Amino acid sequence: MSEMTRQQIGGLLARQGILVAFALFMIGFALANQRFIDPDNILGVIRSSAILGVMALGVTFVVISGNLDLSVGSMMSFSTIVVLDLHDKIGPALAIPAMFAMTLCLGAFIGFLVGYLKLNSLIVTLGMLSAIHGLTLTYSGGKNMDIADKEGTWFSIFGQGEALGIPVPILLFAALAAVLGIALAKTPFGRKVYAVGGNGTAATFSGIKRARVVFSCYVLSALCVAIAGLIQASRSLGSQNTVGQGMELEVLAAVILGGASLLGGSGTIFKTVIGVLILGFIQNGLLLVGLQFYVQYVVTWVIIILAVWLDIAAKRGKLWSPIA
Amino acid sequence: MQPGALSTFLKRGAIWGFIVLELIFFTVAGEFLSLSEKAFMDVDNMLLLFKQSAPIGIIAMGMTIIMINGNIDLSVGAIYALSAVILLDSMTWPVFAGLGDWVIPVGWLLALLTGLVLGALNGLIVWKTGVDAFIVTLGAMLGYRGLVFMYNGEQPTSHLNWTLVDFAEAQVLGLHTATWFLLLVTAAIWFLMNRTVHGRNAYAIGNNREAAVNAGIRVGPHMMINFMIVGFLAALSAVVFYSESGSVNPNDGELYELWVITAVVLGGTKLTGGAGSILSTFGGVLAIQLLRKGLSHIGADTETVNLVIGLILIAVLFLDRQLNVKGKEELKI
Repeated sequence: MSEMTRQQIGGLLARQGILVAFALFMIGFALANQRFIDPDNILGVIRSSAILGVMALGVTFVVISGNLDLSVGSMMSFSTIVVLDLHDKIGPALAIPAMFAMTLCLGAFIGFLVGYLKLNSLIVTLGMLSAIHGLTLTYSGGKNMDIADKEGTWFSIFGQGEALGIPVPILLFAALAAVLGIALAKTPFGRKVYAVGGNGTAATFSGIKRARVVFSCYVLSALCVAIAGLIQASRSLGSQNTVGQGMELEVLAAVILGGASLLGGSGTIFKTVIGVLILGFIQNGLLLVGLQFYVQYVVTWVIIILAVWLDIAAKRGKLWSPIA
Repeated sequence: MQPGALSTFLKRGAIWGFIVLELIFFTVAGEFLSLSEKAFMDVDNMLLLFKQSAPIGIIAMGMTIIMINGNIDLSVGAIYALSAVILLDSMTWPVFAGLGDWVIPVGWLLALLTGLVLGALNGLIVWKTGVDAFIVTLGAMLGYRGLVFMYNGEQPTSHLNWTLVDFAEAQVLGLHTATWFLLLVTAAIWFLMNRTVHGRNAYAIGNNREAAVNAGIRVGPHMMINFMIVGFLAALSAVVFYSESGSVNPNDGELYELWVITAVVLGGTKLTGGAGSILSTFGGVLAIQLLRKGLSHIGADTETVNLVIGLILIAVLFLDRQLNVKGKEELKI
């Protein structure tokens, strides 16, 4: 095989490697256990991935713009607790917009700090992780939240309802993925997000308002978090304060698995969805072949590093790093 | 006065000034608000403060050199947990049954070795694959945590050795064993970073990696050594803490990486690498612990600690940027 074609194949594998790996996993698990490809099982997996997935959609925008968001987990706890608390106080019809408004305010605050004040996004969102966690605990007084009348509320439709035989969380996830996917790939705003993350200085010189783009990305991320919180609250109709704890890193893992570079400028919504589904199906597949839930942590570890390694190895044309 | 000297002084002394402010505030506020009769600045209270700072503080020393080097390690909490499991479990292995109390140093050694190996694995992957340390250690955080669970399922691992507990609870010259470990580690890391070639090179690599390579510094081995040190210190922290408590849950150490990074950043170490001081990290660790103790002393909910620390972290970042010469920062982006 000539050098040229080998490189092409290598490049193709690296670019679409995540899809190949996904297909291999699906085939492997399907052979190991028939129940894995049962439609009910597949719908169940996507449904339980929807919350993580919705959050990952927003974080994809933030990561492509060259920043990080570690606060989505505790922000999700916040929106879940708030909407559950307000549900009994002012009714679901008012509670939902109120929760969205509060969550968007948090997102706007982070966007202001990172976009307009140009503070380091890792530390800002790390600080906000802690601050929002404290806010949630103070708001709830450290207690769990529960809806009093769990049978008689229409609020449960977002997490437990079905339309056309498909669970509502999946529909929400799919609709949001479609809208945001188009927004990222086909609109001027999407192009600006790529430009800011790819080369911020060049983007500024070509007249893009960097601060405004970064700000919008964080508000968008907060919007996704609010929707995730809504699904979570509606699904369980009661919640602990720490429901989203640690999810920020799982979300980031899904986004990275989808091939978005932490340096910004690359990644797509479609690939993030694949990343989310891979995590979900691996977890499900390992459970179905009789392994404990924690085995997926180790598998995820290996997959993340392999995925990113092969990706950058293809870009530099060498397997091993040039670090002396 | 030279230009920039004032801001340098402010930055160096800021964390200690902050600690003094905290002490004054909590002493005064405690007079009015505290439910207990004891003063906040009580000697026993302060000794306890040092002891309670030790688990985070010992790891923070390692994290400081990782961050000076321009990397980050998110897996320290998981390394901490796995080392603790090895420490407590190894003392019950039948192989060591005949050793009597000599099983303690063996257990310690195995636990420390665990940390060293896990750190080395992180370092090796960062070095050889060129994947960003953030991603490598993010993965390792999940993977090592998975190993903790695989070791003993969801059960806690417990083993109490009274000789060990006596040792951990001992007070030498008034200071607790854990405090001594914190002080020794701080001194050792300070020496490493300020008086050895390795430390100087770590600063150089973090400050300008290309220049360091051109000057003939081998970046890879230095990074790997630093990851081994932070792994070792995470294990040492576990050894110090679990010698006394004697029981580890598989979830222990979660979010430690965030507390540690918060302490290091409060101490003024830059995420971009090349700048940072061990003594200021020590200050950052004390400041956080003081805040926790102080808030509970004046009767505030423990929950508010998270809120306050998060906002302080952002405020510190903002002030730090305002104090920096602007043009220099713009260039670095």
